[in-house]
Amino acid sequence: MIDLKAKSACEGLLPIEIGGVKLSEVAPAEMTLIAPYRGKEAALAKAFGGRWPAAGETASVEGGVLVWFGRAQAMLIGTAAPTTLAKFAAVTEQSDAWARVLLEGAGARDVLARLTPLDIRDTAFAVGQTARTELFHMQVSITRVSKDAWQIIGFRSMAGTLVHDLQRAMKGVAARAI
Amino acid sequence: MRIAGKGLINRKKPVSFTFDGTVYSGFEGDTLASALLANGVKLMARSFKYHRPRGVLTAGSEEPNALVTIGNGASQDPNVRATVQEIYEGLEARSQNRWPSLAHDVMAVNDLGAPFLGAGFYYKTFMWPKAFWEKLYEPVIRRAAGLGALSGAAVTDKYERAYAHCDVLVIGAGPTGLMAALTAAEAGVDVILAEEDSVLGGRLLSESGEIDGVPARDWAEATVARLQGMANVRIMTRTSVTGAYDGGTYGALERVGHHGVVAADLPKECFWRIAAKRAVLAAGALERPVAFQNNDRPGIMLASAVRSYVNRWNVAPGKAVAVFGNNDSAHDTAADLLAAGVHVSALIDSRPDATTDLPVPFYAGAHVCGSEGRKALEAVSISRASGIDKVQADCLAMSGGWNPTLHLTCHMSGRPDWDEAIAAFVPRAGMVPGMIAAGACNGVFSTAACLGEGAGAALAALDGLGVEAEMPALPAAEARDYRISPLWAVPGKGRAWLDFQNDVSVKDVKQAAVENFRSVEHMKRYTTQGMATDQGKNSNVGALAVLADATGRGIPETGTTTYRPPFQPVAIAAMAAGSEDKGFAPERLTTSHELTVKAGAPMIEAGLWYRPSYFPRSGETTWRQSCDREVMHVRQAVGVADVSTLGKIDIKGPDAGALLDFLYTNMFSTLKVGRVRYGLMLREDGHVMDDGTTARLAEDHFVMTTTTAAAGQVMSHMELITQGVKRKLDVRFTSVTEHWAQFAVAGPKSRELLNGLLDAPIDGESWPFMACGDVSVGGVKARLFRISFSGEQAYELAVPSRYGEALFAELRKRAEGLGGGVYGMEALNVLRIEKGFITHGEIDGRMTAFDIGMQGMMSKKKDFYGKGAAARPGLLDDERPQLVGLKPVGVVKQITAGAHLYKDGAEAVRENDQGYVTSVGFSPEMGSFLGLAFLKGGRARHGETVRMVDAMRGVETTCEVCHPVFLDPEGERARD
Repeated sequence: MIDLKAKSACEGLLPIEIGGVKLSEVAPAEMTLIAPYRGKEAALAKAFGGRWPAAGETASVEGGVLVWFGRAQAMLIGTAAPTTLAKFAAVTEQSDAWARVLLEGAGARDVLARLTPLDIRDTAFAVGQTARTELFHMQVSITRVSKDAWQIIGFRSMAGTLVHDLQRAMKGVAARAI
Repeated sequence: MRIAGKGLINRKKPVSFTFDGTVYSGFEGDTLASALLANGVKLMARSFKYHRPRGVLTAGSEEPNALVTIGNGASQDPNVRATVQEIYEGLEARSQNRWPSLAHDVMAVNDLGAPFLGAGFYYKTFMWPKAFWEKLYEPVIRRAAGLGALSGAAVTDKYERAYAHCDVLVIGAGPTGLMAALTAAEAGVDVILAEEDSVLGGRLLSESGEIDGVPARDWAEATVARLQGMANVRIMTRTSVTGAYDGGTYGALERVGHHGVVAADLPKECFWRIAAKRAVLAAGALERPVAFQNNDRPGIMLASAVRSYVNRWNVAPGKAVAVFGNNDSAHDTAADLLAAGVHVSALIDSRPDATTDLPVPFYAGAHVCGSEGRKALEAVSISRASGIDKVQADCLAMSGGWNPTLHLTCHMSGRPDWDEAIAAFVPRAGMVPGMIAAGACNGVFSTAACLGEGAGAALAALDGLGVEAEMPALPAAEARDYRISPLWAVPGKGRAWLDFQNDVSVKDVKQAAVENFRSVEHMKRYTTQGMATDQGKNSNVGALAVLADATGRGIPETGTTTYRPPFQPVAIAAMAAGSEDKGFAPERLTTSHELTVKAGAPMIEAGLWYRPSYFPRSGETTWRQSCDREVMHVRQAVGVADVSTLGKIDIKGPDAGALLDFLYTNMFSTLKVGRVRYGLMLREDGHVMDDGTTARLAEDHFVMTTTTAAAGQVMSHMELITQGVKRKLDVRFTSVTEHWAQFAVAGPKSRELLNGLLDAPIDGESWPFMACGDVSVGGVKARLFRISFSGEQAYELAVPSRYGEALFAELRKRAEGLGGGVYGMEALNVLRIEKGFITHGEIDGRMTAFDIGMQGMMSKKKDFYGKGAAARPGLLDDERPQLVGLKPVGVVKQITAGAHLYKDGAEAVRENDQGYVTSVGFSPEMGSFLGLAFLKGGRARHGETVRMVDAMRGVETTCEVCHPVFLDPEGERARD
């Protein structure tokens, strides 16, 4: 039997650290897109103990987190989706579809402000909130995971561009501090 | 000349810089203009058209004259206003639009020809002969007239774009802005205070008055300190708000790296997009000049600018200063000059009833009507009832009153009102939704009133946000009435300048009126008034007042020209920041990309994806050799290609089949689980949108493939249908393009290759043509589809992307071991052309199923999207272009894509056009070029000879029209 070696989306690209802001790849984990069928929203939410995320929200569930991922769908990250969910929702494995990175540090918000039109002030985007938005010229999911840390999920095939654009912004922000 | 005083310069920190190669010294806090004046340099520029000597007119961003070029080479910045440029150690500034030097400019000869060069001169003179305009006149005129020039080299400086959000955006940090920001901030909302200057305070930095019993400047400093201490306030200095846009969005340009030698990655400028729930415009007002004969000599400047140079930068702009005005600003100026110990040679007030206590020669009801001196002012002529006096002066401070800086309020097509009392235009409320104009930009000029309006505007903004706040106690300040008597142009002969930057005089505007360019918009374009980089900030109102007078209308009736963004010049590099080089567009790379590039494959773009063109091997000197070999690998052994870029859409739900039936022209709900079907999709207008295969993996689970570049389009098409057309379908879909790395394994040895790789072998019976299902590769769950885009026995094997690179390496090794190898897009293209398979080269958006010979796929048993439109008679016409094959039959054997087809013997002209070639390839198996083409009524013309002409490449070939499937028409090879 052959042995296929796995390679993560950002292998060879990350981590980088510029001016106290760090960009690293989040260790690969199970990612499953869950989209409820017609009229099954309540049943689905119940399967998650009522913790189905509203638009722009995340919800902690056993073993992982549900990240709102657009109209009537959420991404379950960190744990496999129970097979019983297939009754209520389209359950699609997407663990390999995304490049998932973490931008952290005191200047991380300034870096993001160079790339996304999203309002990321504390009052508008608290820890645990999420958005599908634009990062320079690609579409991404951004979640605020702590005060100074943001998870960014972009297309796997665009990992190079994602890192390039973030790196450029990081350099610009760092240069202002000198 | 530097004078004593406590300005905003740091005398402990001298700064040296150069202007036109001469080294000068200034202080930290100086602008280039203030430092040059301190060094006695008055001549800073040459004018646009007549190359007249010019000095600085203003002390702010509205400066029309003192434009210089900063830096060299690729980072050369032309038309930088000396009044905005801060000096720093090592700054290199150069004057522009002069030759050989600023002091001796031979083009100043233009000035002698001035009587002939007035408004409309070019239009009337350079009419004949017509061809001369572009070749001779325009280049010569452009060379003679102009401002600074770009280097011609690509920009190497960094620029940046960024976003900011706030509850209240305060634009301008003078007394109004500071009070507004403070009031809003105290209420706890998020405030952005944007100020174009490097220091906050606005006019308070330049005036000698007091607020709350302390010098106004100190009050400003204390207020700024308070604001800086508040977490909800963001102060953005050196930031000009340049435009007001829909939804409370404002553009703003921040000068980041213009005032020092900067770190490598520091941007020169940052273009901000600020989203504000409310905005307070506190942009102040701009003092306007008075038009009189030769009012443009170096040394003649605005009275407010003189006060700025004296009070803020401790520079005496002259040894003997005359002051001229139609309002009290002139008196303030004379007082400040005297207080600073500068000799005031005359105070001239156009108001007959004016009085003064100042110990200066005073002329009430008089005008300055002329000036003398060439490269610097030497004397001014004063006209009064008794005659003309000449007074010695090397500086004239003039004030024609103030224009509220209301530009931003007009950015959404609003027009301002004329206020007779202040002889100026003022904004109307609500011209920009959510924006409130306050203070001087609202036509209120005393400091006390500005402070009140600032606080009031903040309260109104807070009210709009639903935040309650009370009017704060207002600090005590000067509350003088603004007394002005309009004075636009002093009567007299000679040229009296209105637009300094574009060299437009009172005479030019009058000439425009005489020639019936009476509309202010026509006058503007005929004279070019207001069309320079300063957009006529100093001259628009004066010019339209002169026009109003010349046409016998009032000013309100004459109206203003259109105020458009940007308020300040913005470098294109700032607006496009980040889009250069790799930032132009995202790059989508397959998992095999690295190995593919390592193999030396040239990459080509497919949408945003990068795909290999071919894989060269040693000994191969042309791409055709590689391509031919790769084609034969597939035809005779086995080839491997990365097809991950094709769109893959996962469709699930009870109505998945029903959705596909509606999407595709043919039936999918009847497809068996474990089978794949080819489908065709139409747009609403009945034309083909995309094609591809869809596999049924379970009763309620399909995976659709789309053309690489059409994946996004198909996804949004599906969103449209499920959200707007078939809303009751219980179905969900998502892209899984990125999750799967998918490889085509094609050729007679494809099964042999797979069976060495799969954990359980397959055979023809269990995996017939168009079968699909799950397999296992090294324990990894994978999907296998037996589909063929080459006509050979072929499979597509998909694994989760993390294993893509490893699988590609393995497939490649094994293919080579079987006498095959990897193949690129060139070979893929030849293989599909041989089989007559279409791509978007054929279905380019204009083709119907009928045109491509797939009318049989349009099901009669069911409805599908585009069905009705596709049945329109015009789309089923026998004379429509139809897909055919082409084979060369004459001496020339080449077919080229894009070439057009004509009847044999017909002239190759548009009227005779019969169709065109869409795809070509050289078939090594047939030893011939093959082409796919669209030919009028082509299906009935197989066997006919046509003339192929490629006018672009100069190729002409005689071709035989044939069926588009050249190879294995029965499809035996794929099925064995």
